[in-house]
Amino acid sequence: MSAARPPEGAQLPPGGTARGAKGAAMSTAISFAECSARERLALLLDPGSFHEWLPPAARVTSPHLAQLGLPAAFDDGVAIGRAMLAGRSVFVAAQEGEFMGGGVGEVHGAKLTGLFRRALLDKPDAVLLLAESGGVRLHEANAGLIAVSEVMRALLDLRAAGIPTVVLIGGANGCFGGMGIVARCADWIVMSDIARHAMSGPEVIEASHGVEEFDAKDRALVWRTTGGKHRYLMGDCDVLVEDDVAAFRVAAVEALGRHRPLTLEGLEAEHALLERRLTDAPAGADAVALWRSMGVVDAELVPDWGAAEVVAARVG
Amino acid sequence: MQAGMESLSFTLAGRTPLPAGFAPVLVGVVASGNLEVMVEPAAGSDCTFEVATSARGFGPIWAAVVRDFHDRHGLAGARVSINDMGATPAVVSLRLDQAAAGLP
Repeated sequence: MSAARPPEGAQLPPGGTARGAKGAAMSTAISFAECSARERLALLLDPGSFHEWLPPAARVTSPHLAQLGLPAAFDDGVAIGRAMLAGRSVFVAAQEGEFMGGGVGEVHGAKLTGLFRRALLDKPDAVLLLAESGGVRLHEANAGLIAVSEVMRALLDLRAAGIPTVVLIGGANGCFGGMGIVARCADWIVMSDIARHAMSGPEVIEASHGVEEFDAKDRALVWRTTGGKHRYLMGDCDVLVEDDVAAFRVAAVEALGRHRPLTLEGLEAEHALLERRLTDAPAGADAVALWRSMGVVDAELVPDWGAAEVVAARVG
Repeated sequence: MQAGMESLSFTLAGRTPLPAGFAPVLVGVVASGNLEVMVEPAAGSDCTFEVATSARGFGPIWAAVVRDFHDRHGLAGARVSINDMGATPAVVSLRLDQAAAGLP
């Protein structure tokens, strides 16, 4: 994917050099990862502008969980609605990673699909997805799988209609499985340095290919393989920010006009890029060697860098 | 209710009337050792509690925690709904107080 580098302001909390911004962020930042889905909505959007559809009081809950002896959530783990962002109209969904790992069940998926389909009719300035999910909610099996496929189709319909779709990934549970694919279907992805984004989660890879292939307990390995810094250096995400709600807001505002037309040529170029990644990757090497081969200077220091330093180090 | 879940309900006479038609308040998340509490307006002057919990057999403890909360706040004309995934009594009490703090 050929991502134009966004303006400098998109990556940094307001004010200061890279070091200074990081220092300032430590004293004043509100961690995006530690917020609930609803806290993120309250802090990211224009104050008081969020109008929720199917709110908790509507009690549109999972029809499957009670049969398994599991408690439902009043919103089935996702809040959807319309809001304002820097005075522009947006549709927004926020997944709650603490409820069933953000898993997409039948109702949860239908809420996302319904939001995207309504956006197709109402044409807001952008659609934001605050993704935090392990993918399909396994308890709901086929219903969840079908739901995720419907979400993808609805998202791609938005792209075809030219409505910018923006995914913000910053929750502690990351964005994996079917939602990992949904994220890559969008126009624009913003991640924090502690966010993770991939298809198969670390435990899944270890379970299917063995601990020699991937040690899911090696946290440093997990982050340099799926984390925000790696995704940014590889060009898989467009903006890298610190774990700070205000930085996510700045990046979301910047992303409002970021529509990327979906074309056959674009897809073929992306497939060619993925093939080159396989053939060009240093044999048996992990992320550090990969970054070095891409021309990142002092690649071994990347895990210690803040977001701004990683942004400055990206080649091309 | 299905096997595995337990449903409990309590109705207590309220003391502190809430503004009619106030916006529902939701706090907490359904996760291991955690719960969500929603408070909505209800007709009349009672405070009703509806609990759905994955931890069976703790009815008397729920009754005590709910009574303590009601002694503190005495909400009138309120419907309190809870989805619980094995929260301890202390966590339940804190969530209930958090919800009450969010009321008008």
